[in-house]
Amino acid sequence: MIDAMAHFFAEWGTLGMLVWTLLKIICIALPLPIIVAFYVYAERRVIGATQWRYGPTRVGPYGLLQSFADLLKMLFKEIIWPQRANKGLFTIAPVLVVITAMASWAVIPVSDKLWLTDIDASLLYIMMLSSVGVYGIILAGWSANSRYAFLGAMRSTAQLISYELAMGFALVGVVLLTHSLNLLEIVHHQEGGILSWHVWPLLPLFFVYWFAGIAETNRHPFDMAEGESELVAGFHVEHGGITFALFFLAEYINMIIISVLIVILFLGGWMAPFPFLNEIGFLGITPLGDGFLWLVVKVVFFLFAYLWIRATFPRYRYDQIMRLGWKVFIPLTLFWVVIVAVATQWSRMFG
Amino acid sequence: MERAKQFFKTWLLWDMITGLRLTLRRMFEPRTTVFYPEEKTPKSRRFRGMHALRRYENGEERCIACKLCEAVCPALAITIDIAEREDGTRRTTRYEVDMSKCIYCGMCEESCPVDSIVLTNIHEYHGESHQDLYFTKEMLLAVGDRYERQIAHDRAGDAAYR
Repeated sequence: MIDAMAHFFAEWGTLGMLVWTLLKIICIALPLPIIVAFYVYAERRVIGATQWRYGPTRVGPYGLLQSFADLLKMLFKEIIWPQRANKGLFTIAPVLVVITAMASWAVIPVSDKLWLTDIDASLLYIMMLSSVGVYGIILAGWSANSRYAFLGAMRSTAQLISYELAMGFALVGVVLLTHSLNLLEIVHHQEGGILSWHVWPLLPLFFVYWFAGIAETNRHPFDMAEGESELVAGFHVEHGGITFALFFLAEYINMIIISVLIVILFLGGWMAPFPFLNEIGFLGITPLGDGFLWLVVKVVFFLFAYLWIRATFPRYRYDQIMRLGWKVFIPLTLFWVVIVAVATQWSRMFG
Repeated sequence: MERAKQFFKTWLLWDMITGLRLTLRRMFEPRTTVFYPEEKTPKSRRFRGMHALRRYENGEERCIACKLCEAVCPALAITIDIAEREDGTRRTTRYEVDMSKCIYCGMCEESCPVDSIVLTNIHEYHGESHQDLYFTKEMLLAVGDRYERQIAHDRAGDAAYR
């Protein structure tokens, strides 16, 4: 059906292509903030539950509309540009962060038949975008002309760069196994049930990627960039109203992306854990077979883990974060990448 | 052996898993939240809230203008003026409590020889300006009239322990 729609719009010429592209953008930009809104609500409820309280319960049934109320409030707030702030960069920074976060979704396949674009090096594309996202943070901290923001941006940048290395090496392991940078091919390489998922041969890399992902999104316990007790809010102290909301949105979109990527790279994406689940069904519908549902189930676990970890652990000290990144994660990934490389080469030559 | 145990504890993130298990268990335990305007926690009989001036059962105001409360008030929140009434008794012409100064220590109530000034158990009152929180004698008497039942009940219940 998607192909048919693409053909339909292609017949219109340039205008058709524009409309088609716009539709694709809307496909990402509309559902994501809604998902994020409910995720923020879930976060407040989960953390409340771990602390013997409820979290939001007033706005809408069970407080479900709380995030929308918050969003509405932020929309109507005045944007304050600090004195002597670089107004242009100050405004562009949150936009840049959101754009990079949303653009990553273009290549993420959510089921066997559902994705927006299928480019050859989609993994590389996502890595690239997450690196560009750092610029938004630097610009935000730099242009605000505030010590707190600047310190937060510096910390955040250092942290992102250190952990991106570990993340990149963890991805090298995946690429060595699959010989592909394409997310679809990576998922298809894991066909055949829970035992053929990448998580088993790449177990250390899986954990490194997971924890580095938490650090990469500046979430607890690696939220040095925000560090409420030291830096007020870190790189976005001076941003208010909708500019702050954009940073907030980007952070949560990035969290969802990391969770989806963990699932796609290591846990078989939309594959069912047991192949026989594909046989169960009637009228040609296999509700428990491979598909969107399994992706959602796995991703929700990792999204929950984000909140669970946040509710449990205190913040790392800054030098501890750097030590963990450089002295534990990077050597560990390097070591395991060598093992994976030797093993794959061995099996190709002799196996 | 001890070192090997420590090694595995570190690398299997044993302490972290223990912590995660604790928070997970907490999630399914009953919550302590009280939904405030609908639900309220019980209040002590000795709760010190809004002030009131009481009357005797025959309608005569209790206050004899001894000024003990004004003297004892550590926040200087009470202002009293005195004059002789037509029947020759000593009465206040002005009895004012600045609620924004009051620290709710309850010493006025303790010092009062006739149990006139009391602190009720009402804490949900507000004013939109500073002036609204400046309670005059009429206002205090009105509070006393309105909540006399509650005030008397609390005092009677607590009398044995005073």
